[in-house]
Amino acid sequence: MSGGAGAGRSGGRLLVAGLPFAWLLVFFLAPFAIVLRMSLSERATSRPPYRPAFSWEEGPAGWWEKLGQLGFDNFAGLLDEPLYLDAFVTSIRIAATATVLLVLIGYPVAYAMARAPARIRPVLVMLAVLPFWTSFLIRVYAWVGILKPEGLLNAALMALGIVDEPLQILDTEIAVQIGLVYSYLPFMLLPLYAALERQDATLIEAAQDLGAPPWKAFWLVTVPLSLPGVLAGCFLVFIPALGEFVVPDLLGGSETLMIGRTLWTEFFNNRDWPLASAVAVVLLVIIVGPVLAYRHLEMRRLEAAR
Amino acid sequence: MNRGLSRFNVVSLTLGFAFLYLPIVLLVGWSFNASKLVTVWGGFSTRWYGELFRNQAMLDAAWVTLRVGLVSATVATVMGTLAAIALVRFGRFAGRMMLTGMVYAPLVMPEVITGLSLLLLFVALDLDRGFWTVTIAHITFTSCFVAVVVQSRLVTFDRSLEEAAMDLGATPLRTFLLVTLPLIAPAVAAGWMLAFTLSLDDLVIASFTSGPGATTLPMRIYSQARLGVSPEINAACTILIGLVTLGIIVASLVTKRAGMLGKG
Repeated sequence: MSGGAGAGRSGGRLLVAGLPFAWLLVFFLAPFAIVLRMSLSERATSRPPYRPAFSWEEGPAGWWEKLGQLGFDNFAGLLDEPLYLDAFVTSIRIAATATVLLVLIGYPVAYAMARAPARIRPVLVMLAVLPFWTSFLIRVYAWVGILKPEGLLNAALMALGIVDEPLQILDTEIAVQIGLVYSYLPFMLLPLYAALERQDATLIEAAQDLGAPPWKAFWLVTVPLSLPGVLAGCFLVFIPALGEFVVPDLLGGSETLMIGRTLWTEFFNNRDWPLASAVAVVLLVIIVGPVLAYRHLEMRRLEAAR
Repeated sequence: MNRGLSRFNVVSLTLGFAFLYLPIVLLVGWSFNASKLVTVWGGFSTRWYGELFRNQAMLDAAWVTLRVGLVSATVATVMGTLAAIALVRFGRFAGRMMLTGMVYAPLVMPEVITGLSLLLLFVALDLDRGFWTVTIAHITFTSCFVAVVVQSRLVTFDRSLEEAAMDLGATPLRTFLLVTLPLIAPAVAAGWMLAFTLSLDDLVIASFTSGPGATTLPMRIYSQARLGVSPEINAACTILIGLVTLGIIVASLVTKRAGMLGKG
């Protein structure tokens, strides 16, 4: 290859990789620095409603001086006010419960999908993916009509004589759980299915030939082999559920405090941008833990497979 | 794994998919219900659709959403495809780890954080919030989805065709346009569709980054849904569901056709 073509080629490569790199750097990564700065700022009744912790005019010398007297007031405020601590604890509890429920509900369905005749498997996968393409908001909103006191579920329960008066399901944590399980089910089904589908059926046959009853073969062969899929599903579900806003807002009523909603309220209703940013920073820190743990496990698995 | 379905398997499949689809089916049914109540069937009616189409605020929001969706999906498809090519084809390069991280992180990032951080960026840059800020925000998170879709196609792709073109003297750009792009076109189209529907659906990020005059359809639906179930919203949702379903059917037919042409 001539030198000129080589230079052209590397220029082209720079453009191909550089364009998305620059875009994501500016619009995804850099904003986190601004969130961090905002979380250290003071609230003010101006427009925009904050007094910056650092500003360009001060220059590096001024920044250094300020670093010593930085206000962690917003973070201290998060700790002082039990409301925020509660919101974090509740979010983790609700997201963890939903994740466990999703494994329990998703596993039998994904298992059946993987065992279905090869001919109809693509159709089943398509059916599992399709709800993902329909609006999240719409699918959550549909549950309002089902769960509300004068809604479909209560009417059905009363018609069957199971309850005498409508149950209060909407605006409770149960409704939030239902909403989360419902909206995240496709995210759990797909990794589970992928892990189960590529399993070698002869392994089960071998276990059974050696005298293992079906449940034992399932428990000792199928389940351990599908664990990476379970893990991937949990990861895909737990983290977004942790910061979920739409589900607790539409189904949880004012009682269920989840952190995504607290952030939203602080930002839109109380116009406390610095506090909302502090909430975001803490949420990010909580998320980093599971992400790193997952990456670590994935790396180990890939190395073991090699 | 294919050893036939037990009764338990059939029951789990039926219950699982009933759970996934029943709420959507109910919503569509309610939108044609003459009665406002969800428990009473007042007869078939298209009354709510009529009211919806007389609701100017709703129509304006739909127009904004459509424009944001078309522009953001198109730019995101270019951006995401470039990122996928860089990740799959360029081997090791400086910043590869970082690009991988920046492509995958937005996929699981809670929307409230993405929304808040983008808004603060726009405020820091002193940009007027409106159509363009929502569009930029949507390009940012949807391009990552495009990148993942296109990447999965590129990984399974036969490189010898590209090598043959290069050996015959085609420049990398020509090779890409004449060989690579036609072969990955179905994935690129699927990426565009995904980006478009994600943009169409997004409430949280749009709420943070939008400004006066750029209220999107989900924002409008949300502000009415908070007040409870309304038949007009049911109608709006049904139209959206119909459009997305139609899009997916067309997309899968196109992919099938492309697949058959590829084989033929």
